[in-house]
Formats: sequence, C-alpha cells, structure tokens
Amino acid sequence: MKSERIGAWIALLIGASYFIIPLIATFEFSLRIKRGQYSFEAYRIVFSDPRFQATFLYSTIVAVATIVVGVMLVVPTAYWLQLRLPRLRPYVEFITLLPLVIPAIVLVFGYLRMYNSSSWLPMTANPTSTNVLLTFGYVTLALPYMYRAVDTGLRTIDVRRLTEAAQILGARWPTILFRVIFPNIRSAILSGAFLTFAIVIGEFTLASLLDRPAFGPYLQLVGANRAYEPSALAIIAFLVTWACMGLIQLFARDRTLATS
Amino acid sequence: MPAINSPPARSQARMSMAWIGIVPFAVFALLFLLLPTGFLVVGAFQDAAGNFTFTNIVHLFQPTILSAYWISFEISAASALGGALLGFMLAWAVVLGGLPKWLRPTLMTFCGVASNFAGLPLAFAFLATLGRTGLVTAFLSQAFDINIYRSGFNILSFWGLALTYLYFQIPLMVLILTPALDGLKTEWREASSILGATRRQYWTHIALPILWPSLLGTTLLLFANSFGAIATAYGLTGSSLNIVTILLYAQIRGDVLHDQNLGYALALGMILITGLSNAAYIVLRTRSERWLQ
Repeated sequence: MKSERIGAWIALLIGASYFIIPLIATFEFSLRIKRGQYSFEAYRIVFSDPRFQATFLYSTIVAVATIVVGVMLVVPTAYWLQLRLPRLRPYVEFITLLPLVIPAIVLVFGYLRMYNSSSWLPMTANPTSTNVLLTFGYVTLALPYMYRAVDTGLRTIDVRRLTEAAQILGARWPTILFRVIFPNIRSAILSGAFLTFAIVIGEFTLASLLDRPAFGPYLQLVGANRAYEPSALAIIAFLVTWACMGLIQLFARDRTLATS
Repeated sequence: MPAINSPPARSQARMSMAWIGIVPFAVFALLFLLLPTGFLVVGAFQDAAGNFTFTNIVHLFQPTILSAYWISFEISAASALGGALLGFMLAWAVVLGGLPKWLRPTLMTFCGVASNFAGLPLAFAFLATLGRTGLVTAFLSQAFDINIYRSGFNILSFWGLALTYLYFQIPLMVLILTPALDGLKTEWREASSILGATRRQYWTHIALPILWPSLLGTTLLLFANSFGAIATAYGLTGSSLNIVTILLYAQIRGDVLHDQNLGYALALGMILITGLSNAAYIVLRTRSERWLQ
C-alpha cells in the first residue's frame, strides 16, 4: 500500500509539472521584453494595440451570437425529442457528435465550396453574410458540447410532468419552453455556453479561411511577427479559458456538466 | 391539449405532427454539417467537369501527400499513446493511489482547462518553454550543460509537436478515464485478494481486462483529436511541417495543389481516418459500459 502511494505521488508530480512548467515558462518569457529586467511591458503593448481590442471584441460578439443561436437550436430540439420523439434521440445524438469526427478544416472547406459567391446561396459574398456563416460554423463546432450539456440537464428533470403541469395551467408552447424548461436547466445551459465561449474565442481555422477579423487570426499574426507579445497573449488566453471553466464549475455544482 | 395518455390512433396522428418540432435542427444540420461534408465526399470522385472518376483518389498516392498522411499519422499516434499512458497514470493516481481527497477535484478542474487550452496560445506557450530561448531550454543548458537543440531536438519538428499535443491529450484522457476507474468495484479487488491473488494478478486478470476497451477506445479518440488539429501545428511551425491539415489549409488558400478535386479527396481521406477511429471508440465504449455502470 505504501509503495502504491509513492507511485501515485510520482505520477502526480510528473503530470503536474507537465501542466505547470509551460505556464511558468510562458509567464516568465512574457515579462522579458525589456533587457535585464522583468516588466509587464508586453501586456501593455498587447492591451493598447487597437487590433487586439477590435479582434477580441469581434470574437466576443461572435461567441455570444453562437451561444444564442446554439441554445435556441439545441434546447427546443432536445426537449422535443425527450417529450415526443424519444425514438429519434440516438440519431440526433449521432449527428451532434459528427463535428468531433469531421475536422473543422474539412467543414470550412465544404462551406467555401458550397456557399461561394457563385453558388445557389452565396453566403461568402458580403461581410455580413460571412459573419452569419462563421457563427453557424461555430454553432456546428460547439454542437457536441452544447447538446450533451443540455441533454444531461434535461435528464435530471421530469420533462413530461413539468410540461403536463404547465399545460393544465393553460401555458402555451413558448411559455413552457422559456418559463418552465429554460429556468430548470439553467446551469446546464450555462455550462454549454461557457464551453462554447472557450472554444470560439481563439478559434483560428474557420475565422482565418473565411477571412474574418477575429482574435484567432490576430494571434497568428502576432505570433509570426513578434517575440514576447505572443507569450503575453498565451497567458491572457489561458486566463480566459480558466475563467470559463471556473464559471462552469460555479454554475454546475450538481455534476450535470459534460466536459468530456 | 394535455392528453398525454391518448389512445393509439390519436398518438399516431400526433407522431406525424411531432416531426415538425425537429425541423429547424434537421435543416441546420443538413445545411451546415451534412451537405457541406457530402459535397466534398462526392467531389472527391469527380473531375473538374463533374464526371465520375477515381483519378483524385489515385492522385492521393503521390509521395508528398502520402508522406503528409504518414507524418500526421505518426504524430497523432505518438501523442495519443503518450497522452493515454500519462493520462492513465494520473487518473490512477487520483482515483486509486490513496492521495489526499482535495487533489482530485483540483486536478479535474485543471484538466478541464488544459483540455480546452489548445490552438495558437498553446503553441506560443511551448515556444516560450522549449524554444531556442525558452525557459526549460535555458535551464537545461545552464544547470546541466545539456543543449537539447545541439542534440537534435527542435520544437518545430515532429517530437516538438507531439510533445506539445500532449498538453491537451493527457487531460482529455484523465477526464474520460476517471469514471471508468471509479467503476472498478472495491469488492472485486477484495475478492481477488481473499482468494490469494497478488496485486499484479489483480491487474492483469481483472482490472485491465475490464478496462481495456475504455483504454483503447479513449486512445483512439485522442488519435482522432490530434489528427484533425491544425492551429497548434500552424502556430508552432508556420506551414513548414508537412502534415495533412496544413497541406489542406494551403490547398484551400490556393498555394500548392491547384487542383480542387484533389483537395476534396484529401478531405475525404481525413474524414475516413478520424471517422474510423471514432467509430472504433464508440464500439469499444459500448463494450466497456457492460461492466462499468
């Protein structure tokens, strides 16, 4: 038993150093911009760069739009499947898992071929429609996480009984959805939302190939041209991811969360 | 209309109306998931004029493309095996290793963060760690006089990339495997030790046979996970490393192949590989659920 515990500590030590050393190294590197002294100059440069502000804002807006569209698409679907079409659930579940199988780069290649400016639905023809396409692309990428979070949340409540109760009291479908179902699975929706935010905010492939001024392509640009600023950006990105996961933990105490 | 327990005839009629509820989802999935992918799959078997042909598939077997697939395969396999091994050790340590209780939730939260910390920022982090002027590189050369770059290591190479991918592979393994390890009942262990089995016998005859579908399945998932990745590789090496995703990226950007339909075939190959490993994952997962409920 004793030797087992020593082994466990060694495994933990190796794992922990794999997680922590790169973070320390990145942070240390981000402070080195001035010769011979540590400073937060790299962070100051990054934060005062108008392109940082613009791209970060752009990605935040797209992320919020993705969450709204994703929630409006996934919650009614998962609810309806549980209530009325339980036989179709495995098929829908399979479809929601497909974005894990189809790499993002393949997906966006398909978009570019199907929705190019000479196609039947020219979504890449102007910036606004391309923004919409980007958002829908992100909804697709986030589908496995969003659907699983919401579906797990719905399993923890009695959908049928809640619906019947609301119907007896005279509620119509929108009321049932927005005032009964949504509040009851709020923590699950928020889990899915923050996970979606973490995925979208620094995403590179879709934004870059659809040529949108998002945070991901900005990261790439800075990475290719600067020395110390990229590590400052990596620390910032890490903190954003950390904040998202922390919020999920906060809202999903009842283990309805599906980070897997 | 609260009649949930309606007679069969009425529920039949309802069933047909109930379809309408998932139409928005179906349309969305069709337009932004199934049709775009299907377009590429069909295009892989067509020439530029739209005639049916196997030429694109045959063209996949030229040396540059084959080697891109092979390097992608090797990197994914290395990072999946490494991630599986280290992730298994870590998950074992917190579930069965007798460590203090508070370590487990801490590690799980950290794994949640690290498994989502990928893409370009991860590349920057590893450049700062193991790049030519990185902290670990400098530390090794000052403290132990080991210059890892002179001994052939390069963060912009195969091993550098595999090492970087481990950062999100290990946590993913931990997250998926922990429930499986939780499913190992203490009774099995007690029973085996009462019957005189050693710890080694317990692991080789009971624990591992039960765990192997989970272990192998998750390893395949990690494999698919890194096979489709691009941003980390792009951030680390620019477009210098010849892996499939970077080749496809360059093709979409119009830099290299100048052959649309060959690009479709390239995409088809990727879907096949990630699809097969995911399908195997699902099969193995169902097997493992027999025991680990």
